[in-house]
Amino acid sequence: MAIKKFMFVNRKAPYGSVYALESLEVVLISAAFDQDVSLAFLDDGVYQITKNQDTTGIGQKNFSAAYKALGDYEINKLYVEKESLEERGLTIADLMPLMWEDEDDDYQEKSSIYLVNRAEMADIMATQEVVISF
Amino acid sequence: MSLPLGAFWMKYTLMINEGPYQRQSSDTALHFARAVLAKGHEVIRVFFYHDGVNNGTRLSVPPRDDRQIQQAWSDLAKAHSLDLVICIAAAQRRGITDAKEAKRQGLDTDNLLEGFRISGLGQLIEGSVEADRTLVFGG
Amino acid sequence: MAMLHIVNKSPFERTAFESCLKHISVGDSVLMIEDAVVGAMQNTRFSAHIEQALQESSVYVLSGDLAARGLSQERIISGVTAVDYEGFVDLTVECDTTQSWL
Repeated sequence: MAIKKFMFVNRKAPYGSVYALESLEVVLISAAFDQDVSLAFLDDGVYQITKNQDTTGIGQKNFSAAYKALGDYEINKLYVEKESLEERGLTIADLMPLMWEDEDDDYQEKSSIYLVNRAEMADIMATQEVVISF
Repeated sequence: MSLPLGAFWMKYTLMINEGPYQRQSSDTALHFARAVLAKGHEVIRVFFYHDGVNNGTRLSVPPRDDRQIQQAWSDLAKAHSLDLVICIAAAQRRGITDAKEAKRQGLDTDNLLEGFRISGLGQLIEGSVEADRTLVFGG
Repeated sequence: MAMLHIVNKSPFERTAFESCLKHISVGDSVLMIEDAVVGAMQNTRFSAHIEQALQESSVYVLSGDLAARGLSQERIISGVTAVDYEGFVDLTVECDTTQSWL
């Protein structure tokens, strides 16, 4: 099978709608197809990967931990838009640390999160072959 | 359907993320799919996800003077041998089921419309790899 | 590589349209469908954003969605092109990829 550059674009907050959860399900499946996968978190999508999510009060499953598994599936290009964080009073410190192990570099733990500005995000989007947005 | 000299055919995978009637997405996707086919291109897969799986129920009874969205997909699939795929995980959450799955889950009925099939999310990825163009129709 | 950005939300209701316009690259195309077509009209709070987008990209609006909402093609922003569904298909052929802003 050919390898394409896939980008999954997340622009919605979790829990208020099912898009974030079901987006994550697609992303996890895509790992099995050996594609060149990246994720974009912009606008309210940045809320999908905030720290300290606690869903006990709403009776939904907290699926935020699943983002931490992405690195194990070699999905390690998570682009987070700087302006989207700033507009929401957030910084990168408010996000979960999402890591992957680089087996070509003595299994060093590296961050999967790339903080990019809006212009850089546009450039990254422009290089994609398949863009699936939620 | 013939194309002018120099034109070329494209393969499309469409993803439909909203149910019928609530939003316009499924209507738009239907019109788009018909235009793709009218121009001689190919729709290799239509993948229904999120509430989009509700496009695959055979138990919808819209008023007679309204359009019949689910049936329109079914008819289009029949006319052009389209591959309409309902995501199984999304379908299980929303109560869309075929006879086999209904039996497996011990349900008293199935409701999948003719022309649709239920399968996994891999069908979306595979369809997008094989298609020249992937379009998402959502709410 | 040119991308066709497809927008379906009114810019007066959601931020998707504005976000889209902040992420287009030179030479990309933008197509307004469904409720987004209201963004094609002259003299709105949003018109200036479209006029700016037209400097470096092509902007289209789906004619059927305009008509359905009682909007005349005569009142769309100069430089915005109305297309039908076949024109929509042609845009997806001409551009290399598509991105929907939902």
